[in-house]
Amino acid sequence: MDFILTGLLNALALLTGGDSATWSAVFATIKVSTISMLLSLILGLPCGFCLGYFNFRAKRALRTLLDTLLALPTVFIGLLVYAIISSQGPLGNCNLLFTLWGIAIGQSILAFPIIAALTASTVESIDPQLELTLISLGAGKKDIILTSLWEVRYGILAAAVTAYGRVMTEVGISMMVGGNIKWHTRTITTAIALETGKGMFANGIALGLVLVTIAFGVNLSLAFLRKK
Amino acid sequence: MRTLIHHSAMKNMRKKIKTAISVIVIVFMTMFFCPSMTTLHAEENSLMMATTTSTDNTGLLDYLMPHFTTDTGIDIKWTATGTGKALKLGSNCDVDVLLVHAPAAEQKYIADGFGKDRTEIMYNDFVIIGPENDPAAVKGKSVVDALETIREKEAVFTSRGDDSGTHKKEKSLWKSTGKDMPEKESWYVQTGQGMLATINITEERKGYTMTDRGTYIKYNSQKNGNAPLKVLVEGDGILLNQYSVLTLNPEKCPNAKYDLATKFAAWMAGESAQNLIKEFRLLGEKLFIPNAK
Repeated sequence: MDFILTGLLNALALLTGGDSATWSAVFATIKVSTISMLLSLILGLPCGFCLGYFNFRAKRALRTLLDTLLALPTVFIGLLVYAIISSQGPLGNCNLLFTLWGIAIGQSILAFPIIAALTASTVESIDPQLELTLISLGAGKKDIILTSLWEVRYGILAAAVTAYGRVMTEVGISMMVGGNIKWHTRTITTAIALETGKGMFANGIALGLVLVTIAFGVNLSLAFLRKK
Repeated sequence: MRTLIHHSAMKNMRKKIKTAISVIVIVFMTMFFCPSMTTLHAEENSLMMATTTSTDNTGLLDYLMPHFTTDTGIDIKWTATGTGKALKLGSNCDVDVLLVHAPAAEQKYIADGFGKDRTEIMYNDFVIIGPENDPAAVKGKSVVDALETIREKEAVFTSRGDDSGTHKKEKSLWKSTGKDMPEKESWYVQTGQGMLATINITEERKGYTMTDRGTYIKYNSQKNGNAPLKVLVEGDGILLNQYSVLTLNPEKCPNAKYDLATKFAAWMAGESAQNLIKEFRLLGEKLFIPNAK
Protein backbone atom coordinates (compact mmCIF):
# COMPACT_ATOMS: atom_id res chain seq x y z
CA MET A 1 0.00 0.00 0.00
CA ASP A 2 3.03 2.28 -0.09
CA PHE A 3 1.75 3.67 -3.39
CA ILE A 4 -0.71 5.88 -1.48
CA LEU A 5 2.15 7.72 0.24
CA THR A 6 4.19 7.77 -2.97
CA GLY A 7 1.09 9.16 -4.71
CA LEU A 8 0.84 11.98 -2.18
CA LEU A 9 4.48 12.93 -2.70
CA ASN A 10 4.11 12.62 -6.48
CA ALA A 11 1.09 14.93 -6.40
CA LEU A 12 3.17 17.62 -4.72
CA ALA A 13 5.97 17.09 -7.22
CA LEU A 14 3.57 17.24 -10.19
CA LEU A 15 1.93 20.46 -9.02
CA THR A 16 5.08 22.30 -7.95
CA GLY A 17 7.49 20.93 -10.54
CA GLY A 18 5.55 22.23 -13.56
CA ASP A 19 5.21 18.83 -15.27
CA SER A 20 3.90 19.91 -18.68
CA ALA A 21 1.84 16.75 -19.33
CA THR A 22 0.01 17.19 -16.03
CA TRP A 23 -0.64 20.88 -16.63
CA SER A 24 -1.94 20.11 -20.10
CA ALA A 25 -4.43 17.67 -18.53
CA VAL A 26 -5.32 20.23 -15.86
CA PHE A 27 -6.02 22.91 -18.47
CA ALA A 28 -7.99 20.48 -20.63
CA THR A 29 -10.12 19.57 -17.60
CA ILE A 30 -10.75 23.19 -16.59
CA LYS A 31 -11.46 24.28 -20.14
CA VAL A 32 -13.86 21.48 -21.00
CA SER A 33 -15.74 21.64 -17.71
CA THR A 34 -16.08 25.43 -18.04
CA ILE A 35 -17.57 25.15 -21.52
CA SER A 36 -19.98 22.44 -20.45
CA MET A 37 -20.98 24.31 -17.30
CA LEU A 38 -21.73 27.45 -19.35
CA LEU A 39 -23.79 25.47 -21.86
CA SER A 40 -25.74 23.58 -19.22
CA LEU A 41 -26.36 26.71 -17.11
CA ILE A 42 -27.62 28.68 -20.11
CA LEU A 43 -30.04 25.87 -20.98
CA GLY A 44 -30.72 24.43 -17.54
CA LEU A 45 -31.48 27.55 -15.47
CA PRO A 46 -34.40 28.87 -17.56
CA CYS A 47 -35.85 25.37 -17.95
CA GLY A 48 -35.53 24.65 -14.24
CA PHE A 49 -36.98 28.02 -13.28
CA CYS A 50 -40.00 27.65 -15.53
CA LEU A 51 -40.56 24.12 -14.34
CA GLY A 52 -40.52 25.19 -10.70
CA TYR A 53 -42.27 28.56 -11.01
CA PHE A 54 -45.17 28.02 -13.37
CA ASN A 55 -47.98 25.51 -13.10
CA PHE A 56 -48.95 23.68 -16.24
CA ARG A 57 -50.34 20.31 -17.24
CA ALA A 58 -47.27 18.32 -18.20
CA LYS A 59 -45.31 19.59 -15.19
CA ARG A 60 -45.29 16.34 -13.23
CA ALA A 61 -44.41 14.22 -16.23
CA LEU A 62 -41.55 16.58 -17.11
CA ARG A 63 -40.21 16.47 -13.55
CA THR A 64 -40.25 12.67 -13.59
CA LEU A 65 -38.45 12.65 -16.93
CA LEU A 66 -35.85 15.11 -15.66
CA ASP A 67 -35.28 13.10 -12.48
CA THR A 68 -34.82 9.96 -14.58
CA LEU A 69 -32.22 11.71 -16.72
CA LEU A 70 -30.22 12.28 -13.53
CA ALA A 71 -29.42 8.57 -13.71
CA LEU A 72 -27.89 8.66 -17.21
CA PRO A 73 -24.63 6.68 -17.12
CA THR A 74 -21.67 8.63 -18.53
CA VAL A 75 -20.45 5.85 -20.82
CA PHE A 76 -23.91 5.72 -22.35
CA ILE A 77 -23.91 9.48 -22.95
CA GLY A 78 -20.43 9.06 -24.43
CA LEU A 79 -21.69 6.41 -26.82
CA LEU A 80 -24.69 8.54 -27.86
CA VAL A 81 -22.53 11.60 -28.50
CA TYR A 82 -20.03 9.45 -30.38
CA ALA A 83 -22.82 8.15 -32.62
CA ILE A 84 -23.92 11.72 -33.36
CA ILE A 85 -20.52 13.31 -34.03
CA SER A 86 -18.78 10.33 -35.63
CA SER A 87 -18.02 11.10 -39.25
CA GLN A 88 -20.84 8.69 -40.18
CA GLY A 89 -23.24 10.46 -37.82
CA PRO A 90 -25.53 13.45 -38.41
CA LEU A 91 -22.95 15.98 -37.16
CA GLY A 92 -20.03 14.19 -38.80
CA ASN A 93 -18.98 17.22 -40.83
CA CYS A 94 -18.34 19.38 -37.79
CA ASN A 95 -15.12 17.53 -36.85
CA LEU A 96 -16.12 17.36 -33.21
CA LEU A 97 -14.87 13.87 -32.45
CA PHE A 98 -11.62 13.75 -30.45
CA THR A 99 -11.98 17.42 -29.51
CA LEU A 100 -12.74 19.14 -26.22
CA TRP A 101 -15.92 20.60 -27.77
CA GLY A 102 -17.17 17.06 -28.35
CA ILE A 103 -16.56 16.18 -24.71
CA ALA A 104 -18.26 19.43 -23.68
CA ILE A 105 -21.43 18.45 -25.56
CA GLY A 106 -21.56 15.15 -23.69
CA GLN A 107 -20.85 16.78 -20.34
CA SER A 108 -23.58 19.37 -20.94
CA ILE A 109 -26.04 16.52 -21.45
CA LEU A 110 -24.79 15.14 -18.15
CA ALA A 111 -25.07 18.45 -16.27
CA PHE A 112 -28.30 19.78 -17.76
CA PRO A 113 -30.71 17.56 -15.79
CA ILE A 114 -28.81 18.27 -12.56
CA ILE A 115 -29.03 22.04 -13.02
CA ALA A 116 -32.65 21.95 -14.20
CA ALA A 117 -33.95 19.53 -11.56
CA LEU A 118 -32.20 21.20 -8.63
CA THR A 119 -33.20 24.69 -9.82
CA ALA A 120 -36.82 23.55 -10.15
CA SER A 121 -36.78 22.11 -6.62
CA THR A 122 -35.33 25.22 -5.09
CA VAL A 123 -37.74 27.49 -6.97
CA GLU A 124 -40.65 25.35 -5.77
CA SER A 125 -39.47 25.85 -2.22
CA ILE A 126 -39.92 29.65 -2.34
CA ASP A 127 -42.25 30.80 0.41
CA PRO A 128 -45.65 31.51 -1.26
CA GLN A 129 -46.00 34.45 1.13
CA LEU A 130 -43.19 36.20 -0.75
CA GLU A 131 -45.28 36.82 -3.82
CA LEU A 132 -48.21 38.11 -1.77
CA THR A 133 -45.92 40.42 0.16
CA LEU A 134 -44.34 41.72 -3.03
CA ILE A 135 -47.75 42.34 -4.60
CA SER A 136 -48.88 44.19 -1.50
CA LEU A 137 -45.73 46.31 -1.80
CA GLY A 138 -46.79 47.18 -5.33
CA ALA A 139 -44.29 45.07 -7.29
CA GLY A 140 -44.90 44.17 -10.91
CA LYS A 141 -44.59 40.75 -12.53
CA LYS A 142 -40.99 41.41 -13.60
CA ASP A 143 -39.96 42.50 -10.12
CA ILE A 144 -41.59 39.42 -8.62
CA ILE A 145 -39.65 37.07 -10.89
CA LEU A 146 -36.36 38.91 -10.28
CA THR A 147 -36.89 38.88 -6.53
CA SER A 148 -37.79 35.18 -6.61
CA LEU A 149 -34.59 34.50 -8.54
CA TRP A 150 -32.58 36.43 -6.01
CA GLU A 151 -34.22 34.47 -3.19
CA VAL A 152 -33.08 31.15 -4.65
CA ARG A 153 -29.52 32.23 -5.52
CA TYR A 154 -27.94 29.85 -3.01
CA GLY A 155 -30.03 26.97 -4.26
CA ILE A 156 -28.87 27.68 -7.82
CA LEU A 157 -25.29 27.96 -6.62
CA ALA A 158 -25.66 24.56 -4.95
CA ALA A 159 -27.03 23.13 -8.20
CA ALA A 160 -24.07 24.54 -10.13
CA VAL A 161 -21.56 23.17 -7.61
CA THR A 162 -23.16 19.72 -7.75
CA ALA A 163 -23.16 19.72 -11.56
CA TYR A 164 -19.58 20.98 -11.65
CA GLY A 165 -18.47 18.14 -9.42
CA ARG A 166 -20.15 15.61 -11.68
CA VAL A 167 -18.77 17.16 -14.88
CA MET A 168 -15.25 17.41 -13.61
CA THR A 169 -15.05 13.86 -12.32
CA GLU A 170 -16.72 11.94 -15.13
CA VAL A 171 -14.53 9.68 -17.21
CA GLY A 172 -16.87 7.79 -19.56
CA ILE A 173 -17.66 10.69 -21.90
CA SER A 174 -14.11 12.04 -21.99
CA MET A 175 -12.71 8.62 -22.83
CA MET A 176 -15.24 7.68 -25.50
CA VAL A 177 -15.60 11.07 -27.21
CA GLY A 178 -12.20 12.59 -26.46
CA GLY A 179 -10.10 9.49 -27.01
CA ASN A 180 -7.59 10.36 -24.25
CA ILE A 181 -5.18 12.01 -26.71
CA LYS A 182 -2.04 13.31 -25.06
CA TRP A 183 -1.63 17.13 -25.16
CA HIS A 184 -5.13 17.49 -26.63
CA THR A 185 -8.03 15.70 -25.01
CA ARG A 186 -6.36 13.97 -22.09
CA THR A 187 -8.19 15.21 -19.00
CA ILE A 188 -7.20 14.42 -15.44
CA THR A 189 -9.78 11.66 -15.16
CA THR A 190 -8.78 9.89 -18.38
CA ALA A 191 -5.14 10.27 -17.33
CA ILE A 192 -6.01 8.55 -14.03
CA ALA A 193 -7.72 5.73 -15.93
CA LEU A 194 -4.65 5.38 -18.17
CA GLU A 195 -2.13 5.40 -15.32
CA THR A 196 -4.22 2.87 -13.39
CA GLY A 197 -4.44 0.71 -16.51
CA LYS A 198 -0.68 0.85 -16.80
CA GLY A 199 -0.35 -0.22 -13.18
CA MET A 200 1.17 3.13 -12.18
CA PHE A 201 -1.07 3.45 -9.13
CA ALA A 202 1.00 6.17 -7.47
CA ASN A 203 0.65 8.42 -10.53
CA GLY A 204 -3.10 7.77 -10.53
CA ILE A 205 -3.39 8.81 -6.92
CA ALA A 206 -1.26 11.89 -7.55
CA LEU A 207 -3.54 13.00 -10.40
CA GLY A 208 -6.60 12.30 -8.24
CA LEU A 209 -5.23 14.64 -5.60
CA VAL A 210 -4.59 17.28 -8.26
CA LEU A 211 -8.25 17.03 -9.28
CA VAL A 212 -9.44 17.37 -5.69
CA THR A 213 -7.20 20.43 -5.30
CA ILE A 214 -8.82 22.10 -8.31
CA ALA A 215 -12.29 21.27 -6.98
CA PHE A 216 -11.28 22.79 -3.65
CA GLY A 217 -10.14 25.96 -5.40
CA VAL A 218 -13.41 26.28 -7.30
CA ASN A 219 -15.52 25.75 -4.19
CA LEU A 220 -13.40 28.17 -2.21
CA SER A 221 -13.98 30.94 -4.75
CA LEU A 222 -17.70 30.13 -4.82
CA ALA A 223 -17.84 30.31 -1.02
CA PHE A 224 -16.21 33.72 -1.30
CA LEU A 225 -18.87 34.79 -3.80
CA ARG A 226 -21.54 33.58 -1.40
CA LYS A 227 -20.22 35.68 1.46
CA LYS A 228 -20.48 38.76 -0.71
CA MET B 1 -43.08 55.65 0.87
CA ARG B 2 -43.52 51.92 0.56
CA THR B 3 -42.76 51.96 -3.14
CA LEU B 4 -39.73 54.12 -2.45
CA ILE B 5 -38.28 51.57 -0.04
CA HIS B 6 -39.15 48.84 -2.45
CA HIS B 7 -37.40 50.56 -5.35
CA SER B 8 -34.19 51.19 -3.49
CA ALA B 9 -34.20 47.54 -2.32
CA MET B 10 -34.67 46.34 -5.88
CA LYS B 11 -31.90 48.60 -7.12
CA ASN B 12 -29.56 47.26 -4.50
CA MET B 13 -30.50 43.72 -5.43
CA ARG B 14 -29.94 44.30 -9.13
CA LYS B 15 -26.55 45.80 -8.37
CA LYS B 16 -25.68 42.67 -6.44
CA ILE B 17 -26.86 40.42 -9.26
CA LYS B 18 -24.82 42.46 -11.73
CA THR B 19 -21.68 42.19 -9.60
CA ALA B 20 -22.17 38.44 -9.21
CA ILE B 21 -22.65 37.99 -12.96
CA SER B 22 -19.63 40.11 -13.87
CA VAL B 23 -17.44 38.21 -11.39
CA ILE B 24 -18.54 34.91 -12.97
CA VAL B 25 -17.96 36.25 -16.48
CA ILE B 26 -14.46 37.48 -15.58
CA VAL B 27 -13.58 34.12 -14.03
CA PHE B 28 -14.79 32.28 -17.14
CA MET B 29 -12.99 34.65 -19.51
CA THR B 30 -9.65 34.20 -17.76
CA MET B 31 -10.14 30.45 -17.90
CA PHE B 32 -10.80 30.61 -21.63
CA PHE B 33 -7.67 32.50 -22.44
CA CYS B 34 -5.36 30.25 -20.48
CA PRO B 35 -1.89 30.41 -22.08
CA SER B 36 -1.09 26.81 -22.90
CA MET B 37 -4.35 26.22 -24.76
CA THR B 38 -4.16 23.93 -27.71
CA THR B 39 -6.31 24.38 -30.76
CA LEU B 40 -9.68 22.74 -30.60
CA HIS B 41 -10.10 21.83 -34.24
CA ALA B 42 -8.25 19.35 -36.38
CA GLU B 43 -5.57 21.02 -38.48
CA GLU B 44 -4.97 20.27 -42.13
CA ASN B 45 -1.51 18.85 -41.75
CA SER B 46 -2.20 16.46 -38.92
CA LEU B 47 -3.00 12.78 -38.73
CA MET B 48 -5.35 11.02 -36.36
CA MET B 49 -4.35 7.44 -35.60
CA ALA B 50 -6.12 4.67 -33.72
CA THR B 51 -3.73 2.18 -32.22
CA THR B 52 -3.50 -0.55 -29.64
CA THR B 53 -2.68 -0.22 -25.97
CA SER B 54 0.60 -2.12 -26.36
CA THR B 55 2.27 0.47 -28.61
CA ASP B 56 1.18 3.30 -26.33
CA ASN B 57 1.61 1.74 -22.87
CA THR B 58 5.18 0.68 -23.60
CA GLY B 59 6.09 4.28 -24.47
CA LEU B 60 7.06 3.42 -28.06
CA LEU B 61 4.83 6.08 -29.61
CA ASP B 62 5.95 8.81 -27.21
CA TYR B 63 9.49 7.97 -28.30
CA LEU B 64 8.88 7.50 -32.02
CA MET B 65 6.27 10.08 -33.02
CA PRO B 66 8.27 13.27 -32.32
CA HIS B 67 10.80 11.93 -34.89
CA PHE B 68 7.99 11.46 -37.40
CA THR B 69 6.83 15.06 -36.91
CA THR B 70 10.39 16.40 -37.23
CA ASP B 71 11.10 14.37 -40.38
CA THR B 72 7.85 15.01 -42.25
CA GLY B 73 6.33 18.12 -40.66
CA ILE B 74 3.11 16.18 -40.08
CA ASP B 75 1.50 16.36 -36.65
CA ILE B 76 0.14 13.10 -35.32
CA LYS B 77 -2.34 12.40 -32.56
CA TRP B 78 -3.41 8.97 -31.44
CA THR B 79 -6.01 7.24 -29.34
CA ALA B 80 -5.01 3.91 -27.81
CA THR B 81 -7.68 1.22 -27.53
CA GLY B 82 -8.00 -2.45 -28.28
CA THR B 83 -7.51 -3.51 -31.91
CA GLY B 84 -11.24 -4.31 -32.17
CA LYS B 85 -12.29 -0.75 -31.34
CA ALA B 86 -9.42 0.70 -33.40
CA LEU B 87 -10.70 -1.14 -36.48
CA LYS B 88 -14.24 0.06 -35.70
CA LEU B 89 -13.05 3.69 -35.46
CA GLY B 90 -11.44 3.15 -38.87
CA SER B 91 -14.53 1.69 -40.51
CA ASN B 92 -16.52 4.66 -39.16
CA CYS B 93 -13.92 6.98 -40.82
CA ASP B 94 -13.23 8.67 -37.49
CA VAL B 95 -9.45 8.33 -37.82
CA ASP B 96 -6.98 8.55 -40.72
CA VAL B 97 -4.71 5.60 -40.12
CA LEU B 98 -4.39 2.48 -37.94
CA LEU B 99 -1.46 0.77 -36.22
CA VAL B 100 -2.75 -2.62 -35.13
CA HIS B 101 -1.74 -6.24 -34.60
CA ALA B 102 -4.32 -8.78 -35.71
CA PRO B 103 -3.24 -10.03 -39.17
CA ALA B 104 -6.30 -12.20 -39.82
CA ALA B 105 -8.73 -9.43 -38.87
CA GLU B 106 -6.69 -6.91 -40.88
CA GLN B 107 -6.88 -8.99 -44.05
CA LYS B 108 -10.62 -9.40 -43.63
CA TYR B 109 -10.82 -5.65 -43.08
CA ILE B 110 -9.18 -4.96 -46.42
CA ALA B 111 -11.26 -7.65 -48.16
CA ASP B 112 -14.41 -6.01 -46.76
CA GLY B 113 -13.35 -2.75 -48.38
CA PHE B 114 -12.64 -0.73 -45.24
CA GLY B 115 -8.85 -0.82 -45.46
CA LYS B 116 -6.61 -0.05 -48.43
CA ASP B 117 -2.94 -0.90 -47.84
CA ARG B 118 -1.34 -2.97 -45.12
CA THR B 119 2.34 -2.36 -44.32
CA GLU B 120 4.09 -4.70 -41.94
CA ILE B 121 6.28 -2.68 -39.56
CA MET B 122 7.57 -4.74 -36.66
CA TYR B 123 6.87 -7.71 -34.48
CA ASN B 124 7.38 -9.02 -31.03
CA ASP B 125 6.08 -12.24 -29.61
CA PHE B 126 3.44 -13.35 -27.20
CA VAL B 127 4.42 -15.20 -24.05
CA ILE B 128 2.49 -17.03 -21.37
CA ILE B 129 3.36 -15.71 -17.93
CA GLY B 130 2.51 -17.02 -14.49
CA PRO B 131 3.68 -17.15 -10.86
CA GLU B 132 7.34 -17.98 -10.35
CA ASN B 133 6.54 -21.23 -8.46
CA ASP B 134 4.36 -22.30 -11.44
CA PRO B 135 1.62 -24.27 -9.57
CA ALA B 136 0.24 -25.82 -12.79
CA ALA B 137 3.73 -26.76 -14.03
CA VAL B 138 3.57 -25.34 -17.55
CA LYS B 139 7.15 -24.04 -17.76
CA GLY B 140 8.90 -24.94 -20.99
CA LYS B 141 5.88 -26.69 -22.51
CA SER B 142 4.48 -25.97 -25.96
CA VAL B 143 1.55 -23.56 -26.10
CA VAL B 144 -1.03 -26.29 -26.71
CA ASP B 145 0.31 -28.47 -23.87
CA ALA B 146 0.50 -25.52 -21.50
CA LEU B 147 -3.10 -24.49 -22.15
CA GLU B 148 -4.28 -28.12 -21.82
CA THR B 149 -2.53 -28.35 -18.44
CA ILE B 150 -4.06 -25.07 -17.25
CA ARG B 151 -7.49 -26.36 -18.26
CA GLU B 152 -7.00 -29.72 -16.53
CA LYS B 153 -5.71 -28.24 -13.29
CA GLU B 154 -8.24 -25.39 -13.47
CA ALA B 155 -5.50 -22.86 -12.70
CA VAL B 156 -6.63 -19.24 -12.81
CA PHE B 157 -6.17 -17.84 -16.33
CA THR B 158 -6.94 -14.19 -17.03
CA SER B 159 -8.03 -13.07 -20.47
CA ARG B 160 -8.34 -9.55 -21.90
CA GLY B 161 -11.86 -10.42 -23.04
CA ASP B 162 -12.08 -7.16 -25.03
CA ASP B 163 -11.69 -8.32 -28.64
CA SER B 164 -8.26 -6.69 -28.82
CA GLY B 165 -5.46 -8.10 -30.97
CA THR B 166 -4.10 -9.95 -27.96
CA HIS B 167 -7.51 -11.36 -27.13
CA LYS B 168 -8.02 -12.50 -30.72
CA LYS B 169 -4.65 -14.25 -30.55
CA GLU B 170 -5.48 -15.90 -27.25
CA LYS B 171 -8.79 -17.19 -28.61
CA SER B 172 -6.98 -18.68 -31.60
CA LEU B 173 -4.57 -20.45 -29.24
CA TRP B 174 -7.44 -22.01 -27.27
CA LYS B 175 -8.94 -23.08 -30.58
CA SER B 176 -5.66 -24.74 -31.54
CA THR B 177 -6.06 -27.08 -28.53
CA GLY B 178 -9.06 -28.54 -30.40
CA LYS B 179 -11.53 -27.88 -27.59
CA ASP B 180 -14.10 -25.18 -26.82
CA MET B 181 -13.16 -21.85 -25.30
CA PRO B 182 -13.30 -22.09 -21.48
CA GLU B 183 -15.78 -19.23 -21.70
CA LYS B 184 -17.81 -19.78 -18.55
CA GLU B 185 -15.36 -21.72 -16.39
CA SER B 186 -14.85 -20.19 -12.94
CA TRP B 187 -11.05 -20.26 -13.36
CA TYR B 188 -11.20 -18.33 -16.65
CA VAL B 189 -11.27 -14.62 -15.75
CA GLN B 190 -12.17 -12.08 -18.46
CA THR B 191 -11.04 -8.65 -17.32
CA GLY B 192 -12.27 -6.49 -20.20
CA GLN B 193 -9.29 -4.19 -19.60
CA GLY B 194 -5.96 -3.27 -21.17
CA MET B 195 -2.90 -5.52 -21.11
CA LEU B 196 -1.07 -3.96 -18.16
CA ALA B 197 -4.24 -3.83 -16.09
CA THR B 198 -4.85 -7.49 -16.95
CA ILE B 199 -1.31 -8.44 -15.92
CA ASN B 200 -1.82 -6.66 -12.60
CA ILE B 201 -5.06 -8.58 -12.04
CA THR B 202 -3.23 -11.80 -12.89
CA GLU B 203 -0.62 -10.95 -10.28
CA GLU B 204 -3.31 -10.36 -7.63
CA ARG B 205 -5.03 -13.66 -8.49
CA LYS B 206 -1.69 -15.54 -8.75
CA GLY B 207 -2.80 -16.81 -12.14
CA TYR B 208 -1.58 -17.21 -15.71
CA THR B 209 -2.12 -14.98 -18.71
CA MET B 210 -0.94 -14.45 -22.26
CA THR B 211 0.68 -11.10 -23.08
CA ASP B 212 2.82 -9.50 -25.74
CA ARG B 213 6.44 -9.43 -24.65
CA GLY B 214 6.71 -5.63 -24.91
CA THR B 215 4.02 -5.07 -22.30
CA TYR B 216 5.54 -7.77 -20.08
CA ILE B 217 8.92 -6.00 -20.15
CA LYS B 218 7.19 -2.72 -19.29
CA TYR B 219 5.42 -4.41 -16.37
CA ASN B 220 8.66 -6.01 -15.22
CA SER B 221 10.44 -2.64 -15.36
CA GLN B 222 7.73 -1.14 -13.15
CA LYS B 223 8.57 -3.82 -10.57
CA ASN B 224 12.27 -2.98 -10.96
CA GLY B 225 12.91 -6.16 -12.92
CA ASN B 226 11.67 -8.25 -10.02
CA ALA B 227 8.08 -9.03 -11.02
CA PRO B 228 6.29 -11.94 -9.30
CA LEU B 229 5.04 -13.16 -12.69
CA LYS B 230 7.65 -14.78 -14.96
CA VAL B 231 7.72 -15.81 -18.60
CA LEU B 232 6.95 -19.56 -18.61
CA VAL B 233 6.09 -20.38 -22.22
CA GLU B 234 7.87 -18.71 -25.14
CA GLY B 235 9.50 -19.32 -28.48
CA ASP B 236 6.63 -21.34 -29.97
CA GLY B 237 6.18 -20.43 -33.65
CA ILE B 238 2.48 -19.64 -33.29
CA LEU B 239 3.29 -16.92 -30.75
CA LEU B 240 4.51 -14.37 -33.31
CA ASN B 241 2.85 -10.93 -32.95
CA GLN B 242 2.94 -8.83 -36.12
CA TYR B 243 2.20 -5.06 -36.08
CA SER B 244 1.08 -3.33 -39.26
CA VAL B 245 0.00 0.09 -40.45
CA LEU B 246 -3.37 0.07 -42.22
CA THR B 247 -4.56 2.92 -44.40
CA LEU B 248 -8.26 3.42 -44.94
CA ASN B 249 -9.97 2.95 -48.26
CA PRO B 250 -10.33 6.49 -49.70
CA GLU B 251 -13.47 5.44 -51.55
CA LYS B 252 -15.17 4.58 -48.26
CA CYS B 253 -13.67 7.43 -46.28
CA PRO B 254 -13.07 10.40 -48.61
CA ASN B 255 -12.42 12.69 -45.64
CA ALA B 256 -9.70 10.53 -44.13
CA LYS B 257 -6.26 11.88 -45.05
CA TYR B 258 -5.13 9.06 -47.27
CA ASP B 259 -2.04 10.91 -48.61
CA LEU B 260 -0.70 11.65 -45.16
CA ALA B 261 -1.54 8.12 -44.02
CA THR B 262 0.49 6.70 -46.92
CA LYS B 263 3.39 8.97 -45.97
CA PHE B 264 3.12 7.71 -42.40
CA ALA B 265 3.19 4.07 -43.50
CA ALA B 266 6.22 4.76 -45.71
CA TRP B 267 8.02 6.57 -42.90
CA MET B 268 7.34 3.73 -40.43
CA ALA B 269 8.71 1.21 -42.92
CA GLY B 270 11.66 3.46 -43.79
CA GLU B 271 15.21 3.14 -42.58
CA SER B 272 15.21 5.81 -39.87
CA ALA B 273 12.05 4.59 -38.12
CA GLN B 274 13.12 0.95 -38.39
CA ASN B 275 16.44 1.84 -36.73
CA LEU B 276 14.66 3.82 -34.01
CA ILE B 277 12.37 0.85 -33.30
CA LYS B 278 15.42 -1.41 -33.06
CA GLU B 279 17.02 0.96 -30.54
CA PHE B 280 13.95 1.18 -28.31
CA ARG B 281 14.75 -0.67 -25.10
CA LEU B 282 13.47 -1.10 -21.57
CA LEU B 283 15.66 -2.78 -18.92
CA GLY B 284 18.16 -3.30 -21.72
CA GLU B 285 15.69 -5.50 -23.61
CA LYS B 286 14.33 -4.86 -27.07
CA LEU B 287 10.55 -4.53 -27.13
CA PHE B 288 9.87 -4.66 -30.86
CA ILE B 289 11.84 -6.08 -33.76
CA PRO B 290 11.50 -4.09 -37.00
CA ASN B 291 10.67 -6.23 -40.05
CA ALA B 292 9.36 -3.92 -42.79
CA LYS B 293 10.11 -5.25 -46.25
